[in-house]
Amino acid sequence: MAAERRAAPARMSLLDPLKDAVVAAAIALALALPLVGFETVDTGSPGTRVATRFGWVAIGVGAVFLGRLALSLARRSGLWRRRAAPRPQARTTTAQTHAIRLAGPLLVLFAAALPFLPFSSRYLVDLATTVLIYIMLGWGLNVVVGLAGLLDLGYVAFYAVGAYSFALVARWFGLTFWEALPVSGLLAASFGLILGFPVLRLRGDYLAIVTLGFGEMVRIILTNWSQVTGGPNGINGIPRPSFLGMPFLPRAPEGAVTFSQFFGIPFSPTQRIVFLYFVILALALITNLFTLRLRRLPIGRAWEALREDEIACRALGIDPTKVKLSAFAIGAMLGGFAGAFFATRQGFISPESFTFQESATILAIVVLGGMGSQMGVVLAAVVLVTLPEFGRAFAEFRMLLFGAAMVAIMVWRPRGLLAQRAPSLRLARPAAEAT
Amino acid sequence: MDYFLQQVINGVTLGAVYGLIAIGYTMVYGIIGMINFAHGEIYMIGAFVALLTYFVLGVVGVSYVPLALLLVLLSAMGFTAVYGWTVERLAYRPLRGSFRLAPLISAIGMSIFLQNYVQLLQGARVKTLPPIIDGGFRLTESGGFVVQVSYLQLIIMALTLALMAGFSVMIAATPLGRAQRACEQDMTMAALLGIDVDRTISLTFVLGAALAAVAGVMVTLYYGVIDFFIGFLAGIKAFTAAVLGGIGSLPGAMLGGLLIGLIEAMWSGYFSAEYKDVAVFAILVIVLIFRPSGLLGRPEVEKV
Repeated sequence: MAAERRAAPARMSLLDPLKDAVVAAAIALALALPLVGFETVDTGSPGTRVATRFGWVAIGVGAVFLGRLALSLARRSGLWRRRAAPRPQARTTTAQTHAIRLAGPLLVLFAAALPFLPFSSRYLVDLATTVLIYIMLGWGLNVVVGLAGLLDLGYVAFYAVGAYSFALVARWFGLTFWEALPVSGLLAASFGLILGFPVLRLRGDYLAIVTLGFGEMVRIILTNWSQVTGGPNGINGIPRPSFLGMPFLPRAPEGAVTFSQFFGIPFSPTQRIVFLYFVILALALITNLFTLRLRRLPIGRAWEALREDEIACRALGIDPTKVKLSAFAIGAMLGGFAGAFFATRQGFISPESFTFQESATILAIVVLGGMGSQMGVVLAAVVLVTLPEFGRAFAEFRMLLFGAAMVAIMVWRPRGLLAQRAPSLRLARPAAEAT
Repeated sequence: MDYFLQQVINGVTLGAVYGLIAIGYTMVYGIIGMINFAHGEIYMIGAFVALLTYFVLGVVGVSYVPLALLLVLLSAMGFTAVYGWTVERLAYRPLRGSFRLAPLISAIGMSIFLQNYVQLLQGARVKTLPPIIDGGFRLTESGGFVVQVSYLQLIIMALTLALMAGFSVMIAATPLGRAQRACEQDMTMAALLGIDVDRTISLTFVLGAALAAVAGVMVTLYYGVIDFFIGFLAGIKAFTAAVLGGIGSLPGAMLGGLLIGLIEAMWSGYFSAEYKDVAVFAILVIVLIFRPSGLLGRPEVEKV
């Protein structure tokens, strides 16, 4: 009976897939004709010329037609069947979990050894530093989005607050990197509290828009408040970090010993880059341990519970505002640390580094990696940051691919590539009861 | 006083544009309860289609201005509506019944995608359009300061009024409007009563996109400058308008758009143009904190 029903569509005429493909091609034509088919070309003098690209349109429409036709034929013949129901909880298998658990320490070992490996270069260490900044930002945002389930579209605001407060504190009070780092983290966290307090009572999607607004507000204020922030020109001359008070300089300033002098090795600018790499590696690892511990504390469990069901949480006596606020503040603090490191590494910051594009990139890292998964963030950050290095084409199409990938992930694997949605803690169940 | 009057005229024009975009947000939110984050990008696409159509018409040889404008408007509405339909079909429909944040994240992905899609296809540089409709009425003149309404501003206001009136009639008295209101109240029940819910939602996106395209045409004509990034800010502002008016409420979206336009014009007229966007965001936050249901909206009750 069931087999008969399944076989029935196959007996129908081949005309249906064809019709379906024609419709799809017509829609593709309507989509492509104006934006792909024509392009305005500035001729310099007053007057714009229009260039046509009908070849591209034809290729696109043809591809949609053939793709759609192949898809429906394949579906018909049973080669490719649509899944009966979307699986909302794509759980990782135990084997995968073990693999991930093993991969962690190995990756840390590899990361620690990276600057000393034979193929390593200054460029590679520099790139790895950038990757680590994004990993740290991803882990910070993961606390907010992945654990507490609050969609923050203005995460870059905290990154910016961390960077600017570091730069300003270092300049006005003459603090060194290590003294200013906690200050910028604290400032970012209190900024998170101030922002979070009024808006965290809102529903999830309102929160997203409001945080987006905050991110833009911070950027606009940084651009326009020139007396303090230097306006669009930004701040330069931000102090570099030192190794136990020993700067990385070719010649020692008065009353100080440089790093290379102390260890009796010749000076090389690579030393500072390797040192910065280790600083961010340490910061990122601390972030990771910190969040992993937090997940097992009552507050972390409350985050996860709140993500799953806010009303049930309220019934159980959890104060949603407090719990959300703590996630927001901790996420902001981690972003602030990353911002401070960014400032000291670049030595120069301007509002241009803190656009919505940056928030979107960090969010893409968290979403693509799988919300709540620490290892997923690492993978996604490595892919997203190194992609542009493979060539100009990759750099150009990077954000286009991110956007499409975010949609695709939500449609096919809503829990991310490395899904880890399962609660961090479970009640131990008697063996008989577990089925 | 004259200066004030001029700012009111500018503000109402701006508000008409925001109101048209806000309707798209409010309708979609009313029916499926999600913020269509990519709606700003749909508006941007409308503006680009309008610009391209205008230049293509110039090449073809349509030089009679009213006819050209009509064709630009129709082409922008038509092509942009297809984009609205496709976005819903690809990025939102498969996610119905998924977890809470999924449609929103998908919408953000779509928004990033569309921005970069247009940037790659049409270039990152600003596109300019020569002014097509010149002139206007001088209302008053005193001390060298002229208060004037340009013909274009009048056209924008009249077109917006006509569209909104037509739209209200459509929601109130046509089968589609009834289906929309039914889906808004209870989607399952509406489906049981024979309403094609998927089709109704699709049509809602199509209509919202068409209105956003009209806003895109207006902005292209009014400012004469567009780029691939205009959808971002306009989207947030129109969303603010929808929230201010009460999200889910159609008259609220129009009122909210008008107010946001006026506030923005006054702020840049009397305070500083640099911080006008900050003012709009601040309104969004204040409204959400003190009156989340907006001016004309119904309070939302979360049920288990």
